[in-house]
Amino acid sequence: MTADTSYTDQEFELVGTRPVRPDGIDKVTGRARYGADASAPGQLVGAILRSPHAHAKIKKIDTSKAEKLAGVKAVITSADLPDLTHGNRASFDILENCMARDRALYDGHAVAAVAAIDQVTARRALSLIKVVYKKLPHVTDVDEAMQDSAPIVQPHIRTPGGDPDKPTNISQISTFGHGDVEAGFAKAEVIVEESFKTEQTHQGYIEPHACLATLGPDGQGELWVTTQGHYTFRNICAELLGLEVANLKVTSSEIGGGFGGKTHVWMEPVALALSRKANRPVKLVMSREEVFRASGPTSSTSVDVKLGATADGRIVAATATLRYQGGAFPGIWGMLGAMTSFACYDLENVKSIGYDVLVNRPKVAAYRAPSAPMAAFGVESTMNLLAEKIGMDPVELRILNAATEGTKASYGPPYGPIGIGATLEAVQKHPHMRARLGKNQGRGMACGFWFNFGGQTCCDLNIGVDGTVNLTVGTVDVGGSRASLSLIAAEELGIPYEKVRVTIGDTASLGHNDTTEGSRGTFSSGMATIFAARNAIEELKVRAAQTWEIDAKHVDWQNGQAVARGIEHSNLGPLTLEELARKSPTTGGPIAGHNEVVADGAGVSFASHICDVEVDPETGSTKVLRYTVVQDAGKAIHPDYVEGQFQGGAAQGIGWALNEEYIYGKDGRLQNPGFLDYRIPVCSDLPFIDTKILEIPNPNHPYGIRGVGETSIVPPLAAIANAVSNAVGVRMKHIPMSPPRILKAIKEQQAGESQVSAG
Amino acid sequence: MSGVHVSTTVNGDAVEFVCPGGESLLDVLRNRLGLTGAKEGCGTGDCGACSVTLDGQLVCSCLVLGAEVEGREVNTVEGMAEGNRLHPLQRQFLDNAALQCGICTPGFLVAAKALLDENPNPTETEIRYALAGNLCRCTGYDKIVRAVDAAAKDLRREAKRKARQKSK
Repeated sequence: MTADTSYTDQEFELVGTRPVRPDGIDKVTGRARYGADASAPGQLVGAILRSPHAHAKIKKIDTSKAEKLAGVKAVITSADLPDLTHGNRASFDILENCMARDRALYDGHAVAAVAAIDQVTARRALSLIKVVYKKLPHVTDVDEAMQDSAPIVQPHIRTPGGDPDKPTNISQISTFGHGDVEAGFAKAEVIVEESFKTEQTHQGYIEPHACLATLGPDGQGELWVTTQGHYTFRNICAELLGLEVANLKVTSSEIGGGFGGKTHVWMEPVALALSRKANRPVKLVMSREEVFRASGPTSSTSVDVKLGATADGRIVAATATLRYQGGAFPGIWGMLGAMTSFACYDLENVKSIGYDVLVNRPKVAAYRAPSAPMAAFGVESTMNLLAEKIGMDPVELRILNAATEGTKASYGPPYGPIGIGATLEAVQKHPHMRARLGKNQGRGMACGFWFNFGGQTCCDLNIGVDGTVNLTVGTVDVGGSRASLSLIAAEELGIPYEKVRVTIGDTASLGHNDTTEGSRGTFSSGMATIFAARNAIEELKVRAAQTWEIDAKHVDWQNGQAVARGIEHSNLGPLTLEELARKSPTTGGPIAGHNEVVADGAGVSFASHICDVEVDPETGSTKVLRYTVVQDAGKAIHPDYVEGQFQGGAAQGIGWALNEEYIYGKDGRLQNPGFLDYRIPVCSDLPFIDTKILEIPNPNHPYGIRGVGETSIVPPLAAIANAVSNAVGVRMKHIPMSPPRILKAIKEQQAGESQVSAG
Repeated sequence: MSGVHVSTTVNGDAVEFVCPGGESLLDVLRNRLGLTGAKEGCGTGDCGACSVTLDGQLVCSCLVLGAEVEGREVNTVEGMAEGNRLHPLQRQFLDNAALQCGICTPGFLVAAKALLDENPNPTETEIRYALAGNLCRCTGYDKIVRAVDAAAKDLRREAKRKARQKSK
């Protein structure tokens, strides 16, 4: 159904208030059911055997001893997940990642799985499976993987435009930009150029992947799973297992964090295959070690940035070369890095080239504004170098070059109304920028951009006989969207917030909904909810007209009631939603509204962050002293949860900037697959994170909503790098800025200075 | 497999169970007693999602054996509310929007209660260090610290009121 999605600047009663979330009581009492909290009668426990090698040929798998162990009900290998993808390479890659075929491609790659009556038996069965491997050369570093001599991860990959006979690890080269950068640099009075590296990080959701799978010999199945996209999971699992889509019902559990990592299937097809073989329900839960080794982290990268400007700070040319590893499978991460790198700026001559590179690491998954933080780290650090070189305030430099409405984005389209300038001006005026700094302290700021996404969406809005409302949506609630959608439905219908109950529908209850990614949940389900509510209101008006025996054209909907328009109807008192609902059984049956939409027109989003740090020059340890997030939300439906998104993204960015990194040994094995050695920020590491919500309406949404979930992770790497660089007087070019890296940078600087003074 | 028979108290109720000697208290709570409020985020004592108290002391239930709780008193998030009356911490977590996905919330509530039982008037720093064993990936901890601070105030007010009533 098409409806007018234009922004209408309507007055709000409820939208913008901060009521308690509807799923709150369940979540503070322990009742909320997450992925691992469901059980089924007769269920078995699943477990997966994983490759201990970074790259190896699987010569033989002997499962006979495991199969004979008492209590073992099914053992599977790739033979039980045959290739049914009919040449669809993207689907085959998912299949191969779920269960290795002839080669293990990374440390942690699944090679076999069991289902047994309990965990102890399942683990013992894994130890009885004998796999004969032949180790192959491996590569885990993105720059090394691009060398001609590098071990080849996937023999079928060719560099686009390269030698068609020569296997390579470069699966895609993506170029964006416009103008003539050579001519631009020729005009430049100042040129700065620098190279950067970022290490691999994990989304770090606290809930490991978990599911409960049932699949019978009749091809009918059910899957309870922690996921950001149960419809997508259904489609992929059905394809990989040869099922009809309607025969697999997928229910999304409460989700204990995803941040992009739960947009991909990892082990769900394995659980279904085990259930099919055992003909019993199988519960499969990853350990934390498995989450790190075998569910997708983000890319590690290497980035080169070059900026040319006039002496008064106008950028005349900008280039970036960005190399992103996608793990053992082709990704789109370098492409996204190239698209986002210069999106904040109005540039006449700009070019960015993204390389997608394969290495022997787990398949990379989306991580909150995927690829943008690393590109922003390179560009926003270089922006500060440029500001230093021409002696200009870094905020001034950014304001002077900021994109505005009508600017042609570096990735192609022209911008509508956007908030980059407004966030920068808010930063400039913010008292944080004028607070005093002490010894060993530094301040940094940086900007960030994310596209946001809309996509396929549908919802049902059903009015009960007492006038309460069930809203069923297909986007997963990852951080409070049920509260936002209740506000929107109540706002449209003109009823109290408490009268709406939102449910996340399973795949049998609603049509397809795209995965909850790209900050689309409140944007797109909010849009569908508005149209479904308006749809229901039309029916309510018809029922009122019928009751009054007048033409429905003369009925208006105001403040939750039907009102007859015109002097001739002045004898007709209003009919409330509740009154109409109570009469519905005799006026034509249940009253409902529905909407199916491809929610195009997601509004791009910008943020600017300010950060103060103190660096201990003896240990190299960094403490974040103060942090401020300024971001354009379009319209904050429930400001508490918008602030929460801003703060959470900043905190993840702080962890990425200072601590978090995948550490691989020379053997290509991950050395720190646990929260002790992969340290995410804890409560005592962080200050309060101040937020400022700007509201520059998205013209393509009735309420002006833009997505808010992702942009907040884009600026922190650069903002903190700029702050640390200012604190220690050395430009930091390698993320994370862990204590050893900071100490090394300080020592190298001192050595350089003493050489200069000695010379 | 021979099991260990254990008699214990969970959230004030007498409970008996049989578990293998190597099974964690967390697995006992979740898989044998149906108390799935405590979560397994890591299984190594690093995330605090499985926090419970054992004789009033905060522990990671993934690091305690089920067999160890014989004759002791276990309290979990399921035991925090009194009937339909939420604990002030639960109320303030809701009012302050101190949760997003909510998977870490049970652990935070148990850990925060252990703090406030011991220190009714903690500073911001004391709150931050007391909760440093609980990982949250969604919130940046900002609203959690505010919620614990607000609940501490509520509890102090309540304690004062009770003391006044007693003295009357």
